[in-house]
Amino acid sequence: MMMRIKRFFSSFSIALVLCAALGTNIYAASSQVENAQLEARLKTLSNELRCLVCQNSTLADSNAPLAEDLRNEIRKLMLEGKTDEEVKAYLVERYGDFVLYRPPLQANTALLWIGPFVMLLIGAITMFVVLKKRSRVESDSKEN
Amino acid sequence: MKLKLAIPLILFFVVVGFLFKGLFLDPHEVPSPLINKPAPAFTAPILGESGKTFSAAEMKGKVWILNMWASWCAACRDEHPLLLEMKQHGLPIYGLAYKDIDADAQATLIQLGNPYLVTATDADGKIGINYGVYGVPETYIIDKAGIIRYKQIGPITPTALRDKILPLLKALEK
Repeated sequence: MMMRIKRFFSSFSIALVLCAALGTNIYAASSQVENAQLEARLKTLSNELRCLVCQNSTLADSNAPLAEDLRNEIRKLMLEGKTDEEVKAYLVERYGDFVLYRPPLQANTALLWIGPFVMLLIGAITMFVVLKKRSRVESDSKEN
Repeated sequence: MKLKLAIPLILFFVVVGFLFKGLFLDPHEVPSPLINKPAPAFTAPILGESGKTFSAAEMKGKVWILNMWASWCAACRDEHPLLLEMKQHGLPIYGLAYKDIDADAQATLIQLGNPYLVTATDADGKIGINYGVYGVPETYIIDKAGIIRYKQIGPITPTALRDKILPLLKALEK
C-alpha cells in the first residue's frame, strides 16, 4: 500500500514537472514570436531612417553608438505600443526631416517632389513645339 | 534667334551655380528642429556631487549656455580653451557630460580646467536624444523663457562666438 502511494506521488510529481516545463516552453515560445515580430518591425522601420552619424547608412545598418541607442529607443517605444508613424514623429521632432529617407511632401520639399514633373512638362512642350515647327517647315518646303 | 541659342548656356550656368554653392554646404550640419522650441526638460545628477541633481527647469528666467561634451571626444578638447575663455568673460556655461564615465569626465575637468558652472551627467545618452544630439560637442543657447535660440553643432569657433553667440546673448539678456 505504502509502495503504491509512493509510486503515485512520484509519477504525479514527474507529471507536474513536465507540465511546468511545457508551460514555460509555451510561454517562452510565444514571447519569442512576439520578439521576432518586434525585431522585424524594428528592422523595417529602421531601414527607412537615416543614421545621423554616418549619414549614408540607415539606422538599421549603422554600428554607430548613437544608432544603437536610437534602435533601443525605438524598441522601447514599440513596446509601449507606439505606431510606426508615432515613432517617426518622435525622431523628426528631435532630428528633423533629415532622419527620414523618404522626404515628406511639404512646402520646403515641394520643388523636390514636383520638379521632375515640371521638367517632364517643359521637355514635352519643347518637343511638341519643335516637331510642330519642323512639320510646318517640311510642308512649306513641299508646297514651294 | 540669338536669345534662343543662349538658353542652353544660361541653363548651364544656373546648374553650375547650384553645384558651386553645394561645394560649400556641410552635410554634417543638420538644422535642428528644436530651434525656437522649448528646451526639453531634464533632471540629471551633478558630476562629482553625489545625490545632487540639476534640472533645466531651475534655469527659468536666465539665459544660459548648455554645452554637451565628453571626455572621449577629441573635438571637445579642441573646443575646451575657448570655453575657458568664455568662462573668464563671465558667460554662464553649463556642461552635460554625454555618455561619459563620471571619473573620466572629472579627470578631464581637473586636467584641462573647468569652464562649467555646473556639470550634469547623461550617462545613457537619453537627454542627448531628447536634444537631438548626434555628435558632441554641441552647444545650445537657451533664453529666459526656456526656449532654445541657437545650436552650435561641433566645436564653437571663435568666428561663431564673435558673430553669432555673443550678439545673441547680448540681445537675449535685454
